[in-house]
Amino acid sequence: MDLSTAGILLLDGVTNGAVYALLALATVLVFAVTRVIFIPQGEFVAYGALTLALLQLGKVPGTIWLLLALAALAALLDLADAVRRGLPASAIVRGLARTLAAPIVVSALTWWAAPLKLHLLAQSALTLAVVTLLGPLVYRLAYQRLADATVLVLLIVSVGVHFALTGLGLVFFGAEGFRNPSFWDVRFAAGPLSLSGQTIFIFIASIALIVALWLFFGRTLRGKALRATAVNRLGARLMGISTSGAGRLSFGLAAFIGALSGLLIGPTTTIFYDSGFLIGLKGFVAAIFGGLASYPAAALGALLVGVLESFSSFYASAFKEVIVFTLIIPVLLWRSFQHGHDDEEEQ
Amino acid sequence: MKKIRILAAAIAAVGAALAPLPALADLTIGVSISLTGPTSALGIPTQKGIALWPKEIAGEKLNVILLDDATDPTKGVQNTRKLITEDKVDVIVGSVTTPVAIAMADVCVEGKTPQLMLSPANLPPGKDAWSFRMPQSTAVMAIPIVEHWKKLGVKTYGFLGYSDGYGEAWLTDIKPLADKAGIKLVDTERFARSDTSVTGQALKLMSANPDAILVVASGSGAAMPHKGLVERGYPKGKIYQTHGAATMDLIRVGGADVEGSFVSSGPAVVAEQLPATNASKALGVQYKTAFEAANGKGSANQFGAHAFDVIVVLQKAVPIALKKGKPGTPEFRAALKDAFETMGRTPVSQGVLSWTPADHFGYTPETGVLLKVANGDWQVVN
Repeated sequence: MDLSTAGILLLDGVTNGAVYALLALATVLVFAVTRVIFIPQGEFVAYGALTLALLQLGKVPGTIWLLLALAALAALLDLADAVRRGLPASAIVRGLARTLAAPIVVSALTWWAAPLKLHLLAQSALTLAVVTLLGPLVYRLAYQRLADATVLVLLIVSVGVHFALTGLGLVFFGAEGFRNPSFWDVRFAAGPLSLSGQTIFIFIASIALIVALWLFFGRTLRGKALRATAVNRLGARLMGISTSGAGRLSFGLAAFIGALSGLLIGPTTTIFYDSGFLIGLKGFVAAIFGGLASYPAAALGALLVGVLESFSSFYASAFKEVIVFTLIIPVLLWRSFQHGHDDEEEQ
Repeated sequence: MKKIRILAAAIAAVGAALAPLPALADLTIGVSISLTGPTSALGIPTQKGIALWPKEIAGEKLNVILLDDATDPTKGVQNTRKLITEDKVDVIVGSVTTPVAIAMADVCVEGKTPQLMLSPANLPPGKDAWSFRMPQSTAVMAIPIVEHWKKLGVKTYGFLGYSDGYGEAWLTDIKPLADKAGIKLVDTERFARSDTSVTGQALKLMSANPDAILVVASGSGAAMPHKGLVERGYPKGKIYQTHGAATMDLIRVGGADVEGSFVSSGPAVVAEQLPATNASKALGVQYKTAFEAANGKGSANQFGAHAFDVIVVLQKAVPIALKKGKPGTPEFRAALKDAFETMGRTPVSQGVLSWTPADHFGYTPETGVLLKVANGDWQVVN
């Protein structure tokens, strides 16, 4: 291998790594706040990319029906809760409006805008809105009642949610894959390296998002509340922080990050309804680097996964996935030697 | 009808003579295909083809039972057992997924029921005693590609294929053909449908500098590696795709990057462009017209064509088998299998079949057609 080949592989690896990094951050965020190992993280990637693809075709994406159905279910649950607790009618109505307003507005807007074939950026904004709103609803319906269950129970729920979302993806988007148009269709050549506009876009978006998250957690009250919940749920609750609110917020962020990742990689590869799983799983491997707790370590892990994947596809393409996923074993060994066995979760 | 069946089962249970009952005389086809799971992209268009099946064959009312195997061999085996023991089907159709079709073959041998596979599954001798393939073997589909290479004077080729059974089958089948023609395989690279990039594989292939590259993938999954090669500067006109990729999805996703590339295909998708001498032309046009009338222009594909061909084959074999038994009886099923093996040269929309007791693939070398992508459509290469 010469230097230029190595350069191209490195660039390719870092580009994919940047997307894995976003997913790894989302995985760490969700786990830290809610203790949920969020396997369906990747589904939001596919939902994001494919919702945009359908909008590009001028079709109404099925995700808005899912959004409305989930919102209706959540509203029913809220209603039952409120009635049981004997809340006054005005409070019930306000609660329902809070659950239903955003999904209905966004769905209606998408339904109206779909046949108009708006500008790519406007369609991307709609896509982000639709998929982001799915996150808190998934938390509300699948996890909120089980918030105090063991990590294992939450993991099992995650597997169920993953299968449900993948199956629904097949219904909404069909079995064939889509490739989205590039956000920035230019190419820069630097020697043997050729940098596409989309690659630059991926880097800028990833870095911007990481900085935004850093500011959010460091500077805002809500971000600090999330951190507090991550450190000590009971303590946070005693301080007046709603843990279910924190859960919904973290799932909303995770869905937003997933959808954004989908928009970023959609133009570089063909996305199928089930593509998200493997992409999300690589983000998960990266998150393991940080012990599902450290954001910088997870981001570094993601870059390592991307680069390792790229180089192993050059040297031994038949064993690429084997190499990437085997990486998790030495990492787990190393972490367990470093920190000893953590028995906190076992009861 | 159901009552009579239960009655029939009861009679069998007490050991009475199992005489063929007239009410069972409907011809029953049991279909098990992948409508969900990773290969639903093959199963769903097949289902659309099945929806166009006629109401009767050779005067027998046609009764179709369609089940989903979820791309899961275990589920496929369960479906097959149910179809054979409960529904007493005369013929099993499916699956579109190779591993599922292979698992089903064992049950069909056990249940002595002929199976028309919708996947080009390779089975060891004896295992496929009751199984016949509707799709062409990869060995037959490799012929037009190697012939084209010979004509162009290609000396070396590279392989970029799925890391699964489909990729492996192509590699093992094209290699002897190419070796015989003196064309050397210089690099073998793999990828998976869900991969996000083939940059590494493309670089490795480029450094081996082959005269042509064969991409082995299916449906819209074939576009990503193709685009990957073109992005790294490999000429489009030297990339060859297999019949798994011969759907409009390749052109839809691949866009300008697949223009000028070659695809090996069965004749059905380009039926109207074929010379009048081609044996599949009439049937191919018939299939394409019917399928596109139901599903829209440009929707015709090889999966729907295989479903169409199931009926073409049955229309020839059922009258022969009817002479030996009534549908719903073991005699009829055995006779149907014999009819498949002895009915000889049978043009279908996807080529020319000639099944024998020894060869249950049976496509003749005249089957494959080489296509070129031109102006976002297929063009037959002569």
